[in-house]
Amino acid sequence: MKVALFIPCYIDAFFPEVGIATLELLERLGLDVHYPLDQTCCGQPMANSGCQDDAAGTEKLFVKNFGGFDTIVTPSGSCAHHVREHFTAVPQTAKVEKLRAHTFELVEFLHDVLKVREFPWARFPHKVGLHIGCSTLRGLGEAKMSEIAGPAFSKPLALLSKVKGIEVVMPKRVDECCGFGGTFSIFEEPVSAKMGYDKVNDHKSAGAEYIVSPDMSCLMHQKGCAERLGLDIKFMHIAQVLNGARS
Amino acid sequence: VSKVAGKAAGKVTGKAASKAASKVISTVLGKVGLPKLKRAKRVDHAEASSHFIAAKDHIAFHDQRLWDLRKKRDRESEEIPEWQELRALASAIKEHTLTHLADYLEEFERNAKKNGAHVHWARDAAEHNQIVYDILTKHGARTLVKGKSMLTDECEMPAFLGQRGIEIIETDLGERIQQLDGEPPSHIVVPAVHKLRADVAQVFARTIGTDPKSTDVPYLAESQRQHTRPYYLKAGAGMTGANFAIAETGTIVTCTNEGNADLSVNLPKLHIASVGIEKIIPKIEHLGVFVRLLSRSALGSPITQITSHFRAPRPGTEMHIVLVDNGRSERLGMHDFWYSLKCIRCGACLNTCPVYRRSGGLSYGATYSGPIGVIIDPTFNLRKFSALPFASTLNGSCTNVCPVKINIHEQIYKWRQIINERNQLPIVKKESMRMAGKVLASPALYRTAVKAANAGLDFLPRTMIYNPLNAWGRQREVPKAPQLTFRDWYLKNRGKKK
Repeated sequence: MKVALFIPCYIDAFFPEVGIATLELLERLGLDVHYPLDQTCCGQPMANSGCQDDAAGTEKLFVKNFGGFDTIVTPSGSCAHHVREHFTAVPQTAKVEKLRAHTFELVEFLHDVLKVREFPWARFPHKVGLHIGCSTLRGLGEAKMSEIAGPAFSKPLALLSKVKGIEVVMPKRVDECCGFGGTFSIFEEPVSAKMGYDKVNDHKSAGAEYIVSPDMSCLMHQKGCAERLGLDIKFMHIAQVLNGARS
Repeated sequence: VSKVAGKAAGKVTGKAASKAASKVISTVLGKVGLPKLKRAKRVDHAEASSHFIAAKDHIAFHDQRLWDLRKKRDRESEEIPEWQELRALASAIKEHTLTHLADYLEEFERNAKKNGAHVHWARDAAEHNQIVYDILTKHGARTLVKGKSMLTDECEMPAFLGQRGIEIIETDLGERIQQLDGEPPSHIVVPAVHKLRADVAQVFARTIGTDPKSTDVPYLAESQRQHTRPYYLKAGAGMTGANFAIAETGTIVTCTNEGNADLSVNLPKLHIASVGIEKIIPKIEHLGVFVRLLSRSALGSPITQITSHFRAPRPGTEMHIVLVDNGRSERLGMHDFWYSLKCIRCGACLNTCPVYRRSGGLSYGATYSGPIGVIIDPTFNLRKFSALPFASTLNGSCTNVCPVKINIHEQIYKWRQIINERNQLPIVKKESMRMAGKVLASPALYRTAVKAANAGLDFLPRTMIYNPLNAWGRQREVPKAPQLTFRDWYLKNRGKKK
């Protein structure tokens, strides 16, 4: 199976190890992974700020880079959500519609498309707090939402539970937003930071040594908060854990 | 979604021309209307929130108290197996009613008049306030005891009547605390939730003479009660809002917990009810759907203590119902936003909102705060409230708890587009988006930007994490630039492959 890998700008620039783990994991699973070299971003930062006009060029470039592929995979829930639900700054041609429908966040790609249930190489003997970003949770529907009654399910948890030695510990407020929110983190800095502090403290109180997430942007914010607070807690993208990182 | 809205709103257009209701429904419905730009100072939610957050005890209490309400709401809703069906039904009833609003308003008027009530139509806040003042004047009423009503706050009625020598006594405890403190309510259901017990003790000590050293709740509550009770007997008029107005019966319904609304209605000889035109539901059989949802969503209790149906004036008294538009029909004509009129003011979206809980209702600078406020307020004044749709992380929890299924976070997203299109973004934000858009649309510019970040020039945080104000680093560490970007690593390790 041939897939295109979309590595969002902030992962490219700040967290290459997340991109590497995603690539290695997909290769390990036997996929033919292509990484278009001219990729940048999906347009979300501008579009979420209401600036469709400023998002158009970036979305156009995204189509140019990825329009030729049948499947696009990205280790970022909010970017996948943007492409699927909000990618409207460019004309909605058949090519764009197809691209939008075939862009997957890594966990849902592994869980729903490839139906991977075993990660025999993965071992992570740590207490882990799972953070599912709001776009991944309520936008892509990867887990049960606390507001809606029904049987429990969680695709990220289903995958993590196959990792040897892992112990998942839950914070009190399992799916409260951590306060990143893209440009919200800058323009609503006081509330954003307060939410981030509360989130990492909640995980710490639950005994988490690591916070693991399919959403590196949330983790970038939480990591910044935890470091400023001097909180001893580490952060890792779910791709790294599933790819066999030990610590 | 927009197709449905267009169709639904289109249905209203034909009906809107009809008689009495056209007096109040002033715009042509179904036409995509956008709010006019009025002169106003922009509310700075972020700045206000920083003061709220600085008061550590207050924010901790506020956040936990409202989170407890949210958890209670979860428990109560989970005990109703048909909860999702109820939400869908409530939403459908409201959408039906809103798309036949003129008919139902006229039906309500006919039936209310048959019951012996007087019905008034107010196009806007000014008309509402004048109507209320005229009724009071005609009856020689100088004191008004008042149950909870967000609409009268929206119309700024207390100030209007106060300036004309009418004494208003808020009888809902939370509203009374806020009135005595000279503050508007900070929450649509629990108006003084941002205050600690000690704050209330201070307010009461200052205004009604309680012992400033006592923060004993029963003492404070009883003192307030003793202070307020005589006004019920003295008042020339009582006022309520309405949770629902039933077209079929011409009755209005209030859902309360303190009994104050009933005292306000049943002791004075004059009852005035201010009712927003979106409060209409067609039949009494529909009421049960909403009553089951309302208090469970609001406070996590199965039902309010008191559900009162006001049908007709008691012998020898008068009942006046003021139906108020004040921008509602204009909102009904707004393609993406008319759904907000389904709101039953339960406050569940405020309780669940992580931003609201950490900034407090007063930080929104508007009558309606929290997620529902964020999507309603710009319809009153786009310029003044242009920052509010950005006081959200778009997490979507509000939409999930809404008992009438308003797509709140999607409307927030839409408002942001309109605020940009109408040039209401602050220059610094617009410029940073313009620059980010330019850089991210060009592989070459993007790579230069990344290189600059690696060289320690801090360019990326400025464009990629949109940091014109250097706000990231105030309370957070900035991520460190790695040796190689992913792209560099890829070229080095997978370079042969395209």
